[in-house]
Amino acid sequence: MMLQAARVLGPVDPYLIPALDGVAYGLLLFVAASGLVFCFGVANILNLAHGLLYAIGAYLAAALLDGGWGSLLLALGVGTLAAAGAGGLLAGLLAPVARRDHLTQALLTFGVALAGGALLVTAFGPDSLPVRIPAALDRSVEVAGHRYAAYRLVFIGVAALIAVLLWLAVAKTRAGMLVRAAVDDADMVACLGVNPARIRLGVLGAAGALAGAAGVLGAPIIGPAPTTGDTVLLLSLVVVVLGGLGSVQGTLLAALAVGEIQSLGVALAPTAAPFLLFAAMALVLAVRARGLPGRFLRLRPGGST
Amino acid sequence: MTPAARRWLVRAGGVGLLLVAIALPWSVDAYTTSLFARTLVLGLVGVSVALLTGLAGLPTLGQTGPYAAGAYASALVAMHVSSVGVVQVLTGAAAGALFALLTVPLVVYARGVVVLMITLAIGELTVTAAGRWTSVTGGTDGLAGIPAIQPVWGMAPLASDRARYLYTLVVVGVVIAAMVMLLRTPAGLLLRASRDDEARTRASGHRVTGYLAVTFVGAGAVAGIAGSLLITAQQYVSPADFGFDVSALLLLGVVIGGAASIGGAIVGTALVIAVRDWLSGLLPGYAPLLLGGLFVLTAYLFPRGVAGFSTELANLVRSRSRGRTGPGDRPGTGIQGRPSRGEPVGAAPVSSGETR
Repeated sequence: MMLQAARVLGPVDPYLIPALDGVAYGLLLFVAASGLVFCFGVANILNLAHGLLYAIGAYLAAALLDGGWGSLLLALGVGTLAAAGAGGLLAGLLAPVARRDHLTQALLTFGVALAGGALLVTAFGPDSLPVRIPAALDRSVEVAGHRYAAYRLVFIGVAALIAVLLWLAVAKTRAGMLVRAAVDDADMVACLGVNPARIRLGVLGAAGALAGAAGVLGAPIIGPAPTTGDTVLLLSLVVVVLGGLGSVQGTLLAALAVGEIQSLGVALAPTAAPFLLFAAMALVLAVRARGLPGRFLRLRPGGST
Repeated sequence: MTPAARRWLVRAGGVGLLLVAIALPWSVDAYTTSLFARTLVLGLVGVSVALLTGLAGLPTLGQTGPYAAGAYASALVAMHVSSVGVVQVLTGAAAGALFALLTVPLVVYARGVVVLMITLAIGELTVTAAGRWTSVTGGTDGLAGIPAIQPVWGMAPLASDRARYLYTLVVVGVVIAAMVMLLRTPAGLLLRASRDDEARTRASGHRVTGYLAVTFVGAGAVAGIAGSLLITAQQYVSPADFGFDVSALLLLGVVIGGAASIGGAIVGTALVIAVRDWLSGLLPGYAPLLLGGLFVLTAYLFPRGVAGFSTELANLVRSRSRGRTGPGDRPGTGIQGRPSRGEPVGAAPVSSGETR
């Protein structure tokens, strides 16, 4: 059976597992980065504390998970709520400087990221923490003749479900309609009587919930450590740069691409691996020529280039 | 206070600071001298950040990229080719400029917060690459054992911290003087015009994108020179010198210094670095927490930087004495009454003060 699978897949076979890993990694990045896309696209805030929100979820997962299903649900609930609360707090901190330039907002959110990261290290210690996933998933299953971690397979399913739900929420609900309207023309939405402060609060809270859920579910993949926040922020930013702000689908494609580059790319071209993300960014921006910045700038009325 | 008097005050302050900087290595111990040398190096990177953020209107978190390129190139040259300072500084400048040239298409079409985001990604990817490209950069262990520098051919290698500090001071001084002179030419005026009203500058037949690209490459060269000075001052380099925290501290220093001011940038950066080193010595382990608080406070208290704050104060005093309010009294508002894209902090009141 194993021999047969290997013969059928032939030269693709050694890369099957990295490719699957890439899907898991990409979907994790999608859930983590979509919050950043909302912050930026809807509320026009560059939230440099976004990685902190993920780290909160990941640390809570490490603290709460004890190998049972109940603890996973508990961690998911607590992590999502805590990160959503942190996002709401951030919205409150940002309120006084809402009309100022982006530099001020970037400084403020970076300060929060720095202080929050320091608090997390004080509370949980400077080492990276182990995460105990439910015992039923702590084994490997056979995928086309290879052993593969069961947790990652389940994670792929759950993250895909979150992606579908998110797309439905943006495309079909009233709140999603507001989000799309604010991306197109924030001033017009404000004129229609929707309070920008409430949009900011809602978006940062939702971004926090998404990042917190990603942190809890993704803790076995990008685990809690002092550098977690920076790592997640960087990868999310690359996803935003690649995917633009247009759609959930764009973010999903970009996240999957980054995930594959990070795992399949490293397996295919180990020597070029450090530069692959650079190359991907340059390639996408070159292919789209001015498309990406143009789309960003169209968010602001009068922002012609 | 009249603008002329203000200018004299700033000049006197600058000369005073320069004298203090020259006298410094004779009044503190060797370790503090080497700390100040590194502070000067970061100050020069801060100047390149200010050139982009304040003068070109491209707020950047990615100047650690060309800074790292210059540092590693100079380190390799110092270890394998030449210990002559001139060669290393030129290598650093070339490497920084080349790095900027390669990344310029990613940056120059974007404005405002998008630039911040793209440059942040560039800076972070550079650190990642520096950490993984072990054969050239030594990976996370870094490159150690870099030989001491001789400033020009035939001179003895600089053995003491004091000599290395003075070498750093001289190079930083020359680079900043050259930049200030360049910015006083019509080229500097065009850059300001592109920042203040891009559409009108374009309509007047100027290639704004081209100017920004040239400025970006120039700022890359300045950061590259700072990288070569880091090698001189520290004789060691590792990816930790170019982390995200460094970019953010530089941006904080530049904002405190008033964003559009070259002198303000170096003073602001030096201040922030000094506070960081002082805090980490005073309360080990709590430095990130307190620094984070400092960032938040700065965002609330000095949205236009200390220099911008003093200009606002001066405008306020002047307008009070004339019994009317000047245009500089509404901080943070662009022409349309909302922050416009890429609006530099602390720039508008300065120009309005000069035109009056």
